[in-house]
Amino acid sequence: MTAILQTQKLRVEYRSREFRQSTKTALVGLDLEVNAGEVFGFLGPNGAGKTTTMNVLLGFIPPTSGGASLFGIDVRQPIARQRIGYLPELTYYYKFLTAEELLRFYAKIFGLTRSETDKRIAELLKLVELEHAAKRPIKSYSKGMQQRVGLAQSLINNPDLLILDEPTSGLDPLGRMKVREIIQRLKDTGKTVFFSSHELGEVETVCDRVAIVHQGELKAVGTVAEVSAGHDNLEKAFLKIVGFQTSPLP
Amino acid sequence: MNKIAALAGVVIKELYRRKDFYVLFVLTALLTLGAGSVNFFNDDKIVRYVKDICLLLIWVSALVIAVVTTARQIPAEREARTIFPLLAKPVSRGHVIVGKFLGCWLATGVALFVFYFFFAIITGSKEQIWPWLGYLQALWMHWVMLAVVIAMVLLGSIYFAAPSSTSTITIIVVAGILLLGGHLNTIALSQPEPIQGLLSFLYFVMPHLEWYDLRDFVVYDMGMISLRALALATVYGAVWTGIFLLLAWLGFRRKSLTT
Repeated sequence: MTAILQTQKLRVEYRSREFRQSTKTALVGLDLEVNAGEVFGFLGPNGAGKTTTMNVLLGFIPPTSGGASLFGIDVRQPIARQRIGYLPELTYYYKFLTAEELLRFYAKIFGLTRSETDKRIAELLKLVELEHAAKRPIKSYSKGMQQRVGLAQSLINNPDLLILDEPTSGLDPLGRMKVREIIQRLKDTGKTVFFSSHELGEVETVCDRVAIVHQGELKAVGTVAEVSAGHDNLEKAFLKIVGFQTSPLP
Repeated sequence: MNKIAALAGVVIKELYRRKDFYVLFVLTALLTLGAGSVNFFNDDKIVRYVKDICLLLIWVSALVIAVVTTARQIPAEREARTIFPLLAKPVSRGHVIVGKFLGCWLATGVALFVFYFFFAIITGSKEQIWPWLGYLQALWMHWVMLAVVIAMVLLGSIYFAAPSSTSTITIIVVAGILLLGGHLNTIALSQPEPIQGLLSFLYFVMPHLEWYDLRDFVVYDMGMISLRALALATVYGAVWTGIFLLLAWLGFRRKSLTT
């Protein structure tokens, strides 16, 4: 197995805004490896360090110490992101552009030729079922349509690794099913998918391996069966790992 | 280069899909037409007066377009969070700075070309002479000056989150340089120390944007400046633009962006 996403003793500290607290630690020596061809679920409660990890992997913030690499290239090098696709949790695109213009813009950034771009745009608009709205400005799209444009832009370069930040957040059941279907299809074509989610049922369905982080530390990593061993399901295992205890209602 | 061109293309698309340019152009056109149609006191020199007003309006409009368009680029990317999917591509922060600069500069250049063309038509129709080369020289110098201003605004927009703060500060600084820049050394001589030293220092370290103002050459038909002076002014403008872009990149490179 080849690890294409790696973090080594990754530590991230933020300058705290709270009085008398100089720094706040978001990640404490995180070691993570994601192998080629697997669907990897990255789990943790809010504030666990999932987003910080993604921010480091995408070069948005520098690590305080330790390192991270994509395809063996340090994430601080922009070229490390040549073979990845990223879908943010919410839709953040130029709303004055049409879906086709947005995809053309990103294709140009990846250096695709005109014929490659035309072919790829047609394929992706078909995949996300937006052919009919390709020439409409994104600002006129519904939330679900905007999320689908997001998915299309993340696939424009035919990435080998897809990083998805809560891809089904805010989608209706049909939209969720569609995203799951696309993840499965990507897996079938040998792509690697790294995604964070709070939907544990969904993670159980599509993931080969999962990691659970809590308070900036890696608490568990392994196949869904390995992590859920001794528990009824992944949700129970997750709650136990993050130290949540149920108490009877008053 | 593809990445920079793509980024610049988006900036240009945004400008022509917004109303700022059209509003300013129509306003400039209306004011100039109004001024041109009134023949005060049957003055023969009315063309000179129209030229003066028209060029002043062009300078103000171009400055407003350049500053307002540039000031919102990076803050808007951060506020709308479009910076995240962008930086998740193989795009460096240097590409973003240069792409934004190029987009704003080219967009301003298009606006400037339209303004000067309109100016040439208005004055030419009154004077029946068409000094195209002189106008082209004035346009080029004006455009080089705006390159320095745009780079300065980009630098400001890295540090000031609100585009309005960046716009206001830059317009004050640019207006200050245009109005006082050329006289600062003379003013310094009449001041006591340490003000004299401070003003002299300022005179030598600030970008002399007033050198690019060829309005008097156009209004008073003073001919053209030498090609050597034009080339030197272009190099001087390029150096200042480079300095501001470098400082903007250094500031932006260190900024942590959190989703």
